[in-house]
Amino acid sequence: MIVRGHERILVQGITGTQATFWTERMQAYGTDVVAGVNPKKAGIIHCGVPVYASATSAAADLELDVSVILVPPFSVKAAAIDAIEAGVPKLVIVTEHVPIKDVMYLLAAARDAGTRVVGPNTAGLVTPGECFVGLMPAFEASIFQPGPIGVVSRSGSLGTLICLNIVGAGFGESAFIGVGGDPIIGTTTRDALEMLDGDDRTQAIVLVGEIGGAMEERAAESAYGIVKPIIAFIAGRASPSGTRMGHAGAIVLGDKGSYASKHRALTRAGVSVLDTPSEVGPALQEVLQ
Amino acid sequence: MNIGEHASKRFISEAGIRVPTGMLATTPEQAENAAADLGRVMVKAQVPAGRRGKAGGILSADTLDEAHTAAGSLLGSEIGGQMVIEVLVEQRVEIDRELFLAVVNDPESGGYTVMFSIKGGMDVEEIMREQPELLRQITIDPRLELEHESAVNLVEGAGLGPAANEVAAVLVRLQRVHRDLDAELIEINPLAIDSQGGVVALDCKLVIDDSALGRQPRLAVLAGFEPQTDLERTASQAGLRYIELDGDIGLLANGAGLTMATMDVIAHLGGRPANFLEIGGDAYTKGHAALELVLSNPRVRSLVVSFCGAFARTDVMVDGLTSAWTDLQPDVPAFFSVHGTGAVAATAMLRERLGIEPYPTMEDAITAAIAAPSSAQKADR
Repeated sequence: MIVRGHERILVQGITGTQATFWTERMQAYGTDVVAGVNPKKAGIIHCGVPVYASATSAAADLELDVSVILVPPFSVKAAAIDAIEAGVPKLVIVTEHVPIKDVMYLLAAARDAGTRVVGPNTAGLVTPGECFVGLMPAFEASIFQPGPIGVVSRSGSLGTLICLNIVGAGFGESAFIGVGGDPIIGTTTRDALEMLDGDDRTQAIVLVGEIGGAMEERAAESAYGIVKPIIAFIAGRASPSGTRMGHAGAIVLGDKGSYASKHRALTRAGVSVLDTPSEVGPALQEVLQ
Repeated sequence: MNIGEHASKRFISEAGIRVPTGMLATTPEQAENAAADLGRVMVKAQVPAGRRGKAGGILSADTLDEAHTAAGSLLGSEIGGQMVIEVLVEQRVEIDRELFLAVVNDPESGGYTVMFSIKGGMDVEEIMREQPELLRQITIDPRLELEHESAVNLVEGAGLGPAANEVAAVLVRLQRVHRDLDAELIEINPLAIDSQGGVVALDCKLVIDDSALGRQPRLAVLAGFEPQTDLERTASQAGLRYIELDGDIGLLANGAGLTMATMDVIAHLGGRPANFLEIGGDAYTKGHAALELVLSNPRVRSLVVSFCGAFARTDVMVDGLTSAWTDLQPDVPAFFSVHGTGAVAATAMLRERLGIEPYPTMEDAITAAIAAPSSAQKADR
């Protein structure tokens, strides 16, 4: 899931305070926002683009490549189903705290329709020098510069810090893919890793993970088959271990989820795992020379 | 959020799953009165700790005196690190066999996984390790419900005998409760088959998706009863997630990922974090409340502020922090690293209002915080 400058973007929930702030920044950066959705404000112009009652009605007038969903948590399911039914091929769900039941429902519907979903709870996608969608500081020159490093991150804030270190070391990013911090998401760390592997502009990949779940262990399985160098930072080594999810949780997850498990899986797959974020610069210098 | 055993059983009972008759008691006298109504009973500590039975939190009582004594020994004691303030006094069931049933949200498939084992009870995790073939599971589409026929197929041939149909019905009801309550996990362990062949849920564990509490009013009212320290309670009232740790480097960062990474670097460089506190997400405007919380821990001798704004605007966070700093006049040195959205304005604010210059990297700020002498040490000189 790499977003390109020619793609036409719909923003669902465009009139909200945060959505307005970020839509303006997306537009200033060159993202082609063509319309917004707010069922109660259909017909107005907001951020210089028309507002529709639904994604379906927007799609009747316009070609849409990506919908960015910035509606309140309990409205996400309906907004996503609307966009899927409208035939929008990619959804980027930024909203945090979406109930898991709704996420599972909309992801199943997206799978049936062949719609790609990023998120929920993603900070967004950045293609430096081209465009960005979501809530990322793409416009900060100390953090995002065009270059050969593909970055995949569960966390927006930590992903941003890693990008700061990448640019500080004289590199730039081919793409930043925020997959989202929730346990169940549409595009996994592993999916993003495979996309960056297939991207011509990407020469090395930085994987930013964190403890909990099995996302990094799954990514490690596909890292075996990837020739491009992969560097990882996994947050949570010093965190107190999380609460147990009953016997069923322990039976399903086994020992996956801990820092040790992720470190082991990635190291075995040939990924170098860093101790601190600032080590990313020297590590990239080593693999790209 | 964890729901206690008694409340969880009420929910599954409403859905038609049989549970033992029971009542809550907060004194030995109440437990004795309950036993007078119920006959031979089990007295169960109401704590959200795992392995409660192994830790001695479940006692049996044949007489009123024994019920009084059992409740007296449990109430006020600690089971699995949790203080017991309530016991559940339940009619005892003569157990013939113990099964394990659960429904969980499966991140791999994005569906509901329904689990069944013919052997359950206290040692279920060990049983599953040693005899993994006993665990039967199916994953269902999250848009659909578990069909009775699928549940029958799941338990078929496991050796349940005449109880098979009723156990399948319990699985169907359990999946409905899981879905209707926005659960992350619901588990009955054990589901007992009693000496008359009846099927009874002896324990129930229920974990609710916190993100759904706003549309689950019956569960939201139970949220206040989770055990917390005073500071943790103050934090959750302010909409912040705060966990007290045993170190002396106070820590304020935005976003869970960055907060964990900052803790990792503190530990990597030889320091010890005093807390976990993140003000990311929609809590990023709460800089004032966050600073008050961190500084109310008397062990904190220096403070690391690690901001890297994506969605969270560092100018808004620093604005809140500097106003709190002016109000509180803390006697603790602070070390900042500020990058990302709003960083230019945030850095200017820090210089103007507090005369503090942020460090170029998070590692630099942490190194300085670890090296800083505490104010007490300064006073000694």
